[in-house]
Amino acid sequence: MRYLPKSDSERREMLDACGVGSAEDLFSHLPEAVRLKRPLDLAPGISEYEIVQYFRDRAAENANGYASFLGAGVYSHFQPVLVDTVVSRGEFLTAYTPYQAEIAQGTLMAIFEFQTMICQLTGMDVANASMYDGSTALAEAAMMAVRATGKGRLLVARSVHPEYREVLRTYAHNQRLPVEEFGYLADAGMLDSEDLEAKIDGLTGAVIVQSPNFFGIVDRVKEAAEIAHRAGALLIVVFTEAVSLGILEPVAEADIVAGELQSFAISPSYGGPFAGIIGTREKFIRQMPGRLVGQTTDTRGNRAFCLTLATREQHIRREKATSNICTNQALIALMATVFMTVYGKQGLRQLAEQNLAKAHYLAGRVKPRFCGKFFNEFVARAPGKTPDAINKALLRRKIIGGLPLARFYPELADSMLLCATEMSHRKDMDAVGEIFA
Amino acid sequence: MITKVRAHLSQNEPLIFERSSPGKIGYQLPELDVPAVDAVQMLGTENVRAEIRGFPEVSEVETIRHFTRLSTWNYAIDYGMYPLGSCTMKYNPRVNELVARIDGLAWAHPYQPDALAQGSMEVMARLEAALAEITGMDAVTLQPAAGAHGELTGILMIRKLLEKRGNPRKKILIPDSAHGTNPASAVIAGYAVQPVPSSTTGALDVGILERIVDEDVAALMLTNPNTLGVFEHDILRIADVVHAKGALLYMDGANMNALMGMARPGDFGVDALHLNLHKTFSTPHGGGGPGAGPVAVKKELEPYLPAPRLKRSGKKWAWEYQRKHSIGRVRAYYGSFGVLVRALAYILAHGGPGLRNVTIDAVLNANYLRKKLEPHFELPYTAPNMHEVVFSDERQAKRGVRTGDFAKRLIDYGFHPYTVSFPLIVHGALMIEPTETEGKRELDHFIEAMVSIAEEVEKEPEIVLTAPHGTRTSRVDEVTAARKPVLRWK
Repeated sequence: MRYLPKSDSERREMLDACGVGSAEDLFSHLPEAVRLKRPLDLAPGISEYEIVQYFRDRAAENANGYASFLGAGVYSHFQPVLVDTVVSRGEFLTAYTPYQAEIAQGTLMAIFEFQTMICQLTGMDVANASMYDGSTALAEAAMMAVRATGKGRLLVARSVHPEYREVLRTYAHNQRLPVEEFGYLADAGMLDSEDLEAKIDGLTGAVIVQSPNFFGIVDRVKEAAEIAHRAGALLIVVFTEAVSLGILEPVAEADIVAGELQSFAISPSYGGPFAGIIGTREKFIRQMPGRLVGQTTDTRGNRAFCLTLATREQHIRREKATSNICTNQALIALMATVFMTVYGKQGLRQLAEQNLAKAHYLAGRVKPRFCGKFFNEFVARAPGKTPDAINKALLRRKIIGGLPLARFYPELADSMLLCATEMSHRKDMDAVGEIFA
Repeated sequence: MITKVRAHLSQNEPLIFERSSPGKIGYQLPELDVPAVDAVQMLGTENVRAEIRGFPEVSEVETIRHFTRLSTWNYAIDYGMYPLGSCTMKYNPRVNELVARIDGLAWAHPYQPDALAQGSMEVMARLEAALAEITGMDAVTLQPAAGAHGELTGILMIRKLLEKRGNPRKKILIPDSAHGTNPASAVIAGYAVQPVPSSTTGALDVGILERIVDEDVAALMLTNPNTLGVFEHDILRIADVVHAKGALLYMDGANMNALMGMARPGDFGVDALHLNLHKTFSTPHGGGGPGAGPVAVKKELEPYLPAPRLKRSGKKWAWEYQRKHSIGRVRAYYGSFGVLVRALAYILAHGGPGLRNVTIDAVLNANYLRKKLEPHFELPYTAPNMHEVVFSDERQAKRGVRTGDFAKRLIDYGFHPYTVSFPLIVHGALMIEPTETEGKRELDHFIEAMVSIAEEVEKEPEIVLTAPHGTRTSRVDEVTAARKPVLRWK
């Protein structure tokens, strides 16, 4: 087999060295009753050529050659070629977690740059080396806020990504942390601060909001921050569209930022792997989950990097750790780092402006349902046409329309969430406009 | 003597921020095909940021050089053996990278209509079926993002099942040899943790277990083979003892590389286990991730699997969201699909008989190392080992050299160190897992290096204590890093 680098004679030599007659003898200590007495019921191995063909065939069963206006947490952005060039290098791809700092300086320095760029983008003091994705980053941020405040009640806006909220519930439920939701304004699509005010109390550990929120709207985070802080709760700000940070002022009042970096050259890949981040204020560093890279020196006095503050982590603290996370998303974080480097200060701004322009062009063809200011996605409906009927008509033109909102928001069953990015073409947006009309 | 490597020059490189100069760019966007808009007008003055202070401004050529230079400071599987015990650092086939990047798969949006995602769903269904067969379990969820995430998912399902039976119970039993993620995951699932001491043979002592399993125990979390690389020979009795008290048996499947095709957890009493696709199934570690941590369960736990589930309706796959007893979601969307593609490609490449050969070679390699190294190192547990072997630094410590020092010297010989100081039950552990993708020549080089360093410990321990000497970065001051954390460039 091509992945097994031994000849029969080498195998024989090694078996002889071990003092056994056959490879089976190496397993003779396994109790008879637990041994599998038949071959695995899986087809025999196939060639590289056949593997490629198998997956090409599967890919052909998916959408190919469609324009798409889906967003909702996963965005279509162009991927600069350098991103894949860098992460395809075996030195990054096939390295382990950088516990042995002397031979992992490449990974460590890249993560240090990643942490720095995330701080620059979000306005936070410190950011970790990545979480699984935005949804689990939010759950971890909530648990972090509970530890920091000693208060277990969590208030989350309904305008936070519905699947993120589901994950939060799964995590919170078994730790007996009550999760309650507050609403959004039916006209603006922004969080309802009166509802938040009514529901918050002295037991609330965190208020969780998203901006741009699930409806694409730049939310009233400052108001939420005031209300949260007055009640002694922390404010957690979630983002799913990282490109928006190229143009939007980061929320200075946030205590924790939890977000998803898929927009930074990470393929949609049917939902993963992505990379989440947690950023926070200096005073909460020791409550943070996940790995952190720090700068130090080596014995020759040269700048060097290493994993640090590991006394928060499971391999040291076991059941007292701040999180159970071990494997994170290092390579995906590296992709985001290369993306941020390629676009840089000017590019990310210009990219965000293009997204803004495209989405507002589309919004000119399809009237948004909410009046709040939006970045690159918005909610729309067409009088007399269901979202499913619109999407069906668009599919005939090889366009995948927006996300019908019925599954997540019964009250918005007549609406869909549309997203436009720099990759959306005017002719396709015009087509959407025609179908909506 | 060092035969595997010799010194060569490496390039210096500053932080990317130190390379920046205002106005330099590495990108170009197409001309807008729609009218530009005024950001302040569209978003409001208060919402528009001035600039991203400190963000890099570099050219394309500097970017590629920057990251290429950084890459050369890493050790990697592509350079050579990476014998980290418990981490299963095996070769990562490149065809897996290629297929994960095929447009129709890589660009599939999780919310595109099911009818236009049948290929992705078929890939997931096929992987679920293959993992069920390999583990001998009844159902598999691919949703968890990594091993620890899988542990949490599995324990949450156990909790839900016990709740349905009337009492979720209070604690999880975890052997003292277990990975740190086990207790951390149990706590997030709302349980207390009770450690179980290992016996003198390194295996779990059924007598001890019988005494401590009671009606408060929800589950035993067991790694099998355990972190010493030793198969729990009493596993059937262990399962009986646990089940007799109404508790469940959870298995940490981190070491499945020792079992594929030889024995199946489903056949020896395990109720739920997670797999690390980035270990056993060869998806690349990528400097720390991404991974994937599917969980396989017996029929009894199936109703509690995370939603949504794949369902066959007629000739098509569909997502089933309404699952009354599900523990809910553990992450957004369906799982780390790109990782799943790579794992399936690996399974297809080996096939059923091939996976058994993987196991054989993994175990042969570990036993070969044990045989050759046993004369030079203390072997605290002498039970037959499977895919990994754990020595202690007892002999070297007498000369003042600890496992961590010894590991650093291995770097000078051209190897990544073994896992240092784990499992905790072995004082000064050297935990070595070669995996099946090392040939005899590389193993012999490794043995030669280990023996040579052991001789150095006797003759000139100083050279080991101050290692590594051949790297561009010498030993790193981790203490100062933790005392005065500098976590970003300013």
